[in-house]
Amino acid sequence: MSTSITWKEIDLGGSVAGGTSENYKTGNWRVERPVIDYSKCVKCLICWLYCPEPAIIRKGTEVKIDYDYCKGCGICAEECPTKAISMVPEEV
Amino acid sequence: MRRGMPHEGDKHGSGGGVSMRVEVLARQQKLAMTGNDAAAYAAKQAKVDVISAYPITPQTFVVETLSRWVYDGELDAKFINVESEHSALSAVIGASLAGARTFTATSSQGLAYMWEALYAASGLRLPIVMALAARALSAPINIHNDHSDFFGMRDAGWIMFNGEEAQETYDLTLMAFKIAEDSRVLLPVVVSYDGFIVSHAISNFYALGDEDAIRFLGKRTTGPKIDPDNPRTIGVLALQDSYFEFKRQQYEAMESARQVIKEVFEKYYELSGRRYTPLKEYMTEEADTCIVVMGSTVGTARHAVKMLREEGEKVGVVGVLQYRPWPREDAEKLFSKFRRIIVMEKVMSPGARGGPVYEDIASTLYPNHGVKMVDFVYGLGGRDISTSGIIEVYRKGEELIDKGETERVYFYGVRE
Repeated sequence: MSTSITWKEIDLGGSVAGGTSENYKTGNWRVERPVIDYSKCVKCLICWLYCPEPAIIRKGTEVKIDYDYCKGCGICAEECPTKAISMVPEEV
Repeated sequence: MRRGMPHEGDKHGSGGGVSMRVEVLARQQKLAMTGNDAAAYAAKQAKVDVISAYPITPQTFVVETLSRWVYDGELDAKFINVESEHSALSAVIGASLAGARTFTATSSQGLAYMWEALYAASGLRLPIVMALAARALSAPINIHNDHSDFFGMRDAGWIMFNGEEAQETYDLTLMAFKIAEDSRVLLPVVVSYDGFIVSHAISNFYALGDEDAIRFLGKRTTGPKIDPDNPRTIGVLALQDSYFEFKRQQYEAMESARQVIKEVFEKYYELSGRRYTPLKEYMTEEADTCIVVMGSTVGTARHAVKMLREEGEKVGVVGVLQYRPWPREDAEKLFSKFRRIIVMEKVMSPGARGGPVYEDIASTLYPNHGVKMVDFVYGLGGRDISTSGIIEVYRKGEELIDKGETERVYFYGVRE
């Protein structure tokens, strides 16, 4: 939401054009970031299945973390059967 | 037939001349129904698309009558059965967002249970119409009339009317759709009428013909409407950066409603011959003292005032028909001409300076007018009020004002 929009211009009753949640980069909520060690990854896709956001992007059997929206919950690291994902503290 | 054949002394009742009145009444139906059925009948004539309501005394017959009409095919609407009032209002909110004309009805605890959805309906700017058979709130449990439920929704952002009898209940419910759906407004409207006294008493009233009623309203064309080709996010999260702007806009919709209500009342007068005003005056000419009441008591107060006038007392009655938006210009013009105002309210506001109507009138008159006022609570839980009761309150009220003992709220009809 642009902070320049006054009450006269704002949409009626809190209804807005779809897709606005993409503008909220929730990745900056993160305290720890998941980092994948691809040498250990067996492409089982369990991390992709478990990610609640979803912030793990899949291309075929390749996975990649979307740091724009990953909130750092750590579920992927917990579920990874080969411990290929580790949680690394974010530095300011 | 107060509206059809106005009271002698009724300030706004007889405009337009006898011939116009005869002509418009000839096109109308003369019905005998309870207040509940009068509200249901207006919803039927409005051709509502979706109804959802949960039965509660004394509103139950609204639900029963409408579901029968839907079941019998007399009304082409979807009746959604639900397990609670919270779900009832939530269901009509959903239907209204989809673009439907919607109606619900409740009383007392049912309205209390709708509370969070009341704010959702107005915040989402939905033209929902609700009938409220006004009833006391628990505890102790009581099924009879007072206005505790009605005033409890004061700040929920709904337009609020109070019908005195079946005629006003029918007329206001029909007009409510027109007001709610006006693109300058888009707010929900509640039409309240006194539980049992009005909701269950069969009385005569005039109703528009079906064709005239739907021509007056037209189809709902305004407000939110789900459109798969133009997807929107509804019910957004709006935090520090935008919530305030949405609420400010909602406030302005209520301000716009003042003018829209005036226009709708005028259009309805041309159609029905019944002229509505936000505040109903009776024998207010050259009155020193004014008694202010709401709901079915207005009629009782008219009768009492007529008796007092015969004794030479300079007293009149003002009945509050439009509570929100509070008709501040009309109120200032009207109330500033009296010397004393005695407010009688069927609601208790513990810890407040006065009841809600008292406070609205007092703040309307402040700081430009020095009218003296006193506030009485009466009739809680359905305790009856008679003409002699009104006369007693009038005498006591004048005495208290003249002695200057008006700093607190008084109670009429309670065992002290």
